[in-house]
Amino acid sequence: MILHEFIDYSTLKVIWWVLLGVLLIGFAVMDGFDMGVGALLPFVAETDIERRVVINTIGPTWEGNQVWFILAGGAIFAAWPPLYAISFSGFYLAMFVVLAAMILRPVAFKYRSKRPDPSWRTAWDWALFTGSFVPALVFGVAVGNVLLGVPFSLDNDLRMTYEGSFFGLFSPFSLLCGLLSVAMLVMHGAVWLVMRASGDIAKRARLFGTVAAISGIILFALGGYLVYSGYVEGFRITSDVDPNMQANPLAKQAVIEAGAWMNNYTAYPYLWAIPGLGFVGLIGTLLLLQTRLEMLIFPFSKTAVSGIIATVGISMFPFILPSSVQPEASLTVWDASSTHRTLFNMLVATAIFLPLILVYTAWVYKVLWGKVDEETIERDNHTAY
Amino acid sequence: MEFDVVDLSRLQFAMTALYHFLFVPLTIGLSILLATMETVYVMTGREIWKRMVKFWGTLFGINFVLGVATGLTMEFQFGMNWAYFSQYVGDVFGAPLAIEGLMAFFMEATFVGLFFFGWDKLSKRQHLAATWAVAIGTNFSALWILIANGWMQNPVGSMFNPDTMRMEVTSFFDVLFNPVAQAKFVHTVSAGYVTAAMFMLGVSAWYLLQGRHVAIAKRSMAIASAFGFASALSVVVLGDESGYEANLNQKMKLATMEAMWETEPAPASFHIVAWPDMEKRENLYAIEIPYVMGLIATRSLDTVIPGIKDLVDRSKDRIRQGAIAWDALQKIRANPETAGEDIRETFEQNANSLGFAYLLLPYTDNPMEATTEQVEAAAWSTVPNVFPMFYAFRIMVACGFYFIVFTSVLFYYSSKGRLDVLREKRRWILHLAVWSIPLPFIACEMGWFIAEYGRQPWIIESMLPTSVGVSSLSVTEVLLTLAGFVVLYSTLLVIEVALMIKYIKIGPDDGEPADGQQPTAEQPVSGAATVPAE
Repeated sequence: MILHEFIDYSTLKVIWWVLLGVLLIGFAVMDGFDMGVGALLPFVAETDIERRVVINTIGPTWEGNQVWFILAGGAIFAAWPPLYAISFSGFYLAMFVVLAAMILRPVAFKYRSKRPDPSWRTAWDWALFTGSFVPALVFGVAVGNVLLGVPFSLDNDLRMTYEGSFFGLFSPFSLLCGLLSVAMLVMHGAVWLVMRASGDIAKRARLFGTVAAISGIILFALGGYLVYSGYVEGFRITSDVDPNMQANPLAKQAVIEAGAWMNNYTAYPYLWAIPGLGFVGLIGTLLLLQTRLEMLIFPFSKTAVSGIIATVGISMFPFILPSSVQPEASLTVWDASSTHRTLFNMLVATAIFLPLILVYTAWVYKVLWGKVDEETIERDNHTAY
Repeated sequence: MEFDVVDLSRLQFAMTALYHFLFVPLTIGLSILLATMETVYVMTGREIWKRMVKFWGTLFGINFVLGVATGLTMEFQFGMNWAYFSQYVGDVFGAPLAIEGLMAFFMEATFVGLFFFGWDKLSKRQHLAATWAVAIGTNFSALWILIANGWMQNPVGSMFNPDTMRMEVTSFFDVLFNPVAQAKFVHTVSAGYVTAAMFMLGVSAWYLLQGRHVAIAKRSMAIASAFGFASALSVVVLGDESGYEANLNQKMKLATMEAMWETEPAPASFHIVAWPDMEKRENLYAIEIPYVMGLIATRSLDTVIPGIKDLVDRSKDRIRQGAIAWDALQKIRANPETAGEDIRETFEQNANSLGFAYLLLPYTDNPMEATTEQVEAAAWSTVPNVFPMFYAFRIMVACGFYFIVFTSVLFYYSSKGRLDVLREKRRWILHLAVWSIPLPFIACEMGWFIAEYGRQPWIIESMLPTSVGVSSLSVTEVLLTLAGFVVLYSTLLVIEVALMIKYIKIGPDDGEPADGQQPTAEQPVSGAATVPAE
C-alpha cells in the first residue's frame, strides 16, 4: 500500500511537530490545573472539609487529564523515537523524580478519604502537593535545559552518551523556566478553584492566582529577555538539509550562536503573536481575577499556558532537542522522526481518535459541572473523595 | 555478586512490570464483571444489583488506581532504561503504545470518573454506558499493549534499515494481526477474567462463611463462577494456542519450558517433573508422559520439536551469517554514499541474522574474526536458564487446571441453587475459595515470566539482544532508581492490601451492620435462595 504517499514526508514531519505541541499543550492545560490545584491544596484550604472541597473540584476528572501525559509519552515514542530515547535516558534521575511524584498523585486522590484518621489525611495532602509541585517544577527545568542545549553525543551507530549530571540540570536559566512553569500552573489551578469552589477557598485562590500571574508575567518577560539578549545561546543549522530526508541526526552541520533562537521571529515577524498570546493570557487572567467575571478567566489562563509553551517550540524550530556538546547531533524536525509510513498511520489514528476524545471529555465535564462546596461534599459523603 | 547496568535495568523492568501486572489482570476482569452486573441492574431494575456494582466498584477503584500509577512508569521506562532499544524499534513499537493511549486508556480513564461520581448525575442507561466504556477501554488497552509485546516476541511487518540504524515498519497490518499478539491478547484477558472471578468468589465465600451479606454474596458467586468457568477454559485453550505459536517462532522458549535438551523422535513426550542442570546440559531426573508434548506443540504425530542442543547448533549458523551482515553494515555506515551495490546486497542477504552477530560482541570486537569457541559461547547464550522456565510453566498450568475444576464446582452448586449446602456441610470448599485468592495472581506473574524471561537473551526475538538495547547509564543511577521503585511500590502495595481488607470487612451497603457483627436476620434480603432462577 502506498496510501501514505498522499501526504509528503516533509509535510507529515511538520504536522507531527505541531501535534507534539498540541499534546504538550493539551497536557499542560488539562493536567496543568490539576497540578496547580494540588500544589495549592495545603495553602488554600485549612480544614479537612475545605480540603475535600478542593480535591473534589478535580476528583472525577484527574484520571482522564493524566492520560495526556501518557499519550504525550506514547506519541513521542511513535513519532520521534530518538527524542523519546535521548530525553528520557538523558534526564534519567529527573524523570525518576517526576514519575515517583506522579505515582503518588493518583493514590493520594483515591486513598486519602478512605480513612478518617487526620494524620493519614494530612500525609496524603502532602503527597498530593509533592505529586503536583515537583512535576510542574521539573518539567519547566527540563524545558529550560532543552533551550540551553542538552549535553549528549551520538556515535556512528546512533548510540547516545549523556555527559551531564542530575545537578547540572539546575542552572539559573533552567531554574527560571522551572519557576515560570510553577507560576503558570499555580495560576491556572487557582483560576479553576475560583470557578469551581466558593467562599474562603475561592477568596484565597484569587490571592494566590494574582501573585502567580504577576510572577508569571515577570518570569516570562525575563526569560524572553535572556534569550533575546543572547545570554541564552541558540542553535542554527549551517548545512543544506533536505526536509524529505530519511531520519539521521548526524547528516547535518549546526552551530551554537547567540541570538539564534530569535531567527524565526526576524524571518517571520507575525510569529511575535505567539509570545504575545502568552502575555495577553497572563495579563487578562491577572485583571479578570480582580473582577467578579469568574467564568471568563479560564479561557485567558488557558491562552497563557498555550502561548508560553508554543513560544518555546516556535523559537527553536526546526530544532527539537539541541545538543550542547555535539551541535551537529541535535535532533530536528527533519532528521529525527519515524518513517513516512508510521507518521501517516499515526496521523490517521490521531485524526480519528483525538476529536472523539475531545467530544467525550467535554461531555463528561458538562455532566459533572457545578460548584463544589461543603454541602455537596456532605451530601455525597460516600462517593466523594 | 556483581551487577552491571544491563542486569540492574532488567531487574528494574521486571520488578516494575510484575508489580504493574499484579493490578492489571484484576482491573481487566472486574471491569467486565461490573459492567455485566450493572447490565442486570438496568434490565431487571433490582436495587441489589446496583449495590453489588457499588461494592465491587469500591474494591475495583482501590485496585485500579495502583494499576494507573504503576502504568505511568511502564510508558516511560523504555526511554529511560532502554534508550537504544527505543531508538532501534520506535518506528514499529511506539505506534501501538500511542494508539493504546488514544483509543483505549483515554476512554477508560475519562469514564471511570463518571462510574464513581456519576450515579446521581446520569440516567441509568447513561451510567451503564459509562461503565461499559471503562470495561471496553480497559480491554482495548490490553490489546494494544499485547500487540506491542507480541511484536517483541515475533517481529513481523518490519525491516532493518542500515541508513537509519533502526527497524522500520513495512506493513502495519502485519504488526496488528500478528498471530502471536492475537493469541496473547485472548490468553491474557482471559487470565484477567479468571483473576477477577476467583477474587469475587473468594470474597463472597468469606461472607458466606461469616453469614453476612448472604444475598449479595450468592449473586456474586453465581455470576463469578459462570464467568470464571468460561474464562478458565478459554485461558487454557488459548494458552495452548500460545504454545503452538511459540513452536512456530520461538522454539527455544518452548524447548526450555519443556527442559528438552535433545531432539526426540516425534511425537515428543511431556515432562511432568524434571531436574534440569544448566552445567551438564541434561535433566538429572525426569518423569515423562509419552506423545503429549508433540501433540500440544505441533498438533501432529510426526512433526519433530527440536531440542535445546539442536537449536544451539542452528544459532551457530546464524551467528556466522550475522557476522557477514555486521561487517557489511560497518562498511555502509562508514561510507553511506559510496558503499557499492554489492555491499548493500551482501547486507540485505544476511540482514535477518544481524542480531545474532551482536551476541558475539561480549566476546570479540570483530564478529567476522570470531573463533569457533567464541561462536559456541555466543550460541549457548541464546538459552535462557532452564530451571525457572520449566517450573514457572508448570505452576502456571497447574493453576490453570485447578481454576477450571474449582470454578466448575462452584458453578455447579450455584446454578443448582445449592450454595447453602456449602455453607452448612461443605464449608471447606468455601475456605478453599478464600485461600485461592492469591493463586490467579501467582499464575499471571508466572505467565509474564515465561513470556519475557523465555525471550532472553533477546529484547526483540532474534533481532536485538537485550544487552545491546540498554541506555548509557551508570550502575549508581540505576541502583538508585531501582531502590526507589522497590520502596515506593512496596509501600503502596501494603497500603493497597490493607485498604482492600478494610473495605471487604466493611462489606456492601445492604442495610446490614458493618464489620464483624452478627447479622440481625438470617433470612435472605430479597429472595436469595432463588438466585439462579432469575
